[in-house]
Amino acid sequence: MSALRPDLAIIAREVREGARVLDVGCGDGALMAALRDTKNVDARGLELNAHDVATAVSRGLSVIQGDADTDLAEYPDGSFDYAILSQTLQTTKRPDLVLDHLVRIGREAFVSFPNFAQWRIRFAHMFGGRMPVTKQLPHLWYDTPNIHHVTIDDFRSLLHDRNIEIEGQWFLSGNKPRGDRFANLLAQHAVFKLRRK
Amino acid sequence: MALLMQEDTRFGLDRKIRLLGPVRLDSGAEFVPVDIAYETYGALNADKSNAILICHALTGDQYVASTHPMTGKDGWWTRMVGPGKPIDPARHCIISINVMGSCMGSSGPASIDPTTGAAYAMGFPVITIPDMVRAQALLLDHLGIETLEAVVGGSMGGMQALSWAALYPERVKSAVVIASTARHSAQNIAFHEVGRQAIMADPRWNNGAYYGHEAPSSGLAVARMAAHITYLSEAGLTEKFGRRLQNRDAKSFGFDADFQVESYLRYQGLSFVDRFDANSYLYITRAMDYFDLAEPHDGVLAKAFARTKTRFCLISFDSDWLYPTAESRRIVHALNAAGAAVSFVELSSPFGHDAFLLEAPEMNRIVDGFLRAGEQS
Repeated sequence: MSALRPDLAIIAREVREGARVLDVGCGDGALMAALRDTKNVDARGLELNAHDVATAVSRGLSVIQGDADTDLAEYPDGSFDYAILSQTLQTTKRPDLVLDHLVRIGREAFVSFPNFAQWRIRFAHMFGGRMPVTKQLPHLWYDTPNIHHVTIDDFRSLLHDRNIEIEGQWFLSGNKPRGDRFANLLAQHAVFKLRRK
Repeated sequence: MALLMQEDTRFGLDRKIRLLGPVRLDSGAEFVPVDIAYETYGALNADKSNAILICHALTGDQYVASTHPMTGKDGWWTRMVGPGKPIDPARHCIISINVMGSCMGSSGPASIDPTTGAAYAMGFPVITIPDMVRAQALLLDHLGIETLEAVVGGSMGGMQALSWAALYPERVKSAVVIASTARHSAQNIAFHEVGRQAIMADPRWNNGAYYGHEAPSSGLAVARMAAHITYLSEAGLTEKFGRRLQNRDAKSFGFDADFQVESYLRYQGLSFVDRFDANSYLYITRAMDYFDLAEPHDGVLAKAFARTKTRFCLISFDSDWLYPTAESRRIVHALNAAGAAVSFVELSSPFGHDAFLLEAPEMNRIVDGFLRAGEQS
């Protein structure tokens, strides 16, 4: 099995053995498969892309083709130990509502996203005067799936407004973990563990 | 063991058995005796854990992967069932049963009523999809199969797969439901009613008592033509026929089959009447129209699957307007609410409802992976 993406590796490490997990935007099911195989997790997935769903199902995973923006309302409160949203928040139409659903459906939630305030992006924006195209955010402005760019500080502020508590936070730059000092400036990716207050 | 299985006449091609039943019907009646025509492919393993039941659609039959005795054509789902396919006789004991009400050997209106010595005709009881499933369960009892590794079906076959999981949850480990629905909509019922009225308007129908005389084949052909349109998509029809004329350079200014699409539908209708019984068409379409899995559960579909341990895999096709994706999603939501392990994907195809019978590599990939995962657990 290929190595997990670093943000997924953090989430996989933190998830409790034998938990029930909903992976929203699960892609081809890499995290779900790892959780099932290493932690005996009962994982369910939601994914928009039909080909990814087919791949995940053919790996024996329970994945439903659907849209985080419209389909999360169908899930009952507290029906999972964890709801996970990795690298998907910035692609949703209403990240705030999706976040509300996550902490409603999961007793705890993990959210990971690329930090739009990382210095390289700020630099490109400031001096290039163009929408930044980086290794982490490789899309041009007109065909990017990332329709709601978010920074670590923006996200913290949203959590505060929505009465959501931070239970853990991890930051990555260049796929390596880093401390939370100046994270909003220096981190390329953030992973938060959340719970409704 | 393998040798013993070979000699077991309950297994093999073109089997037929009369069971004493009875089948307790949703109508309240009891039906007895029950004739069941079926086929099996592949051997049952020692712990009887590799049985897969294939459920057929409205006009399907038990010849899922063997030559049809009347048409001489290949089985109707050889793309899914056969050596090297997702459902493989090398790995599975595959059982394919002609539904009750049909005309390919299982009890139906054309069967002889042993109490009268004549065909049941309209004396055959009105049956439902769950009734078909109850009859299938009798056969599995007879075969000594307690638990199914999977029950798999498309269209009406999917309705049976859902009913299996709802009626006998402890007997079904996995269910694959393709291009199907948990209820017939007003539009579904409406199209079926057109077909039934076409049959009943044929003077040869004679209130169903046409056995031994000419069958109402004009009515049945029209019923098939109308239904066939619902199996295709508008885009598919346009691509296949457009407005092209049939073997002529100009319109005839008459009522011949000027257009290719007319000729095609007429052919579909005519070839159907050679292999299907008009009364069976009435009874089976009625069973489909009566189908609403939520109805016995106060309209709450999730309750039909309460505490189910069955794994589900649902597949829909984006151009299927007979049982559109929304119907599959409704089932998925209910299964989610019931806490079931469920997978669902909408596949893209230009071929409408019929897509599940055609070449669909993605569908095969999903079914294969889903079944193999169930075999590991």
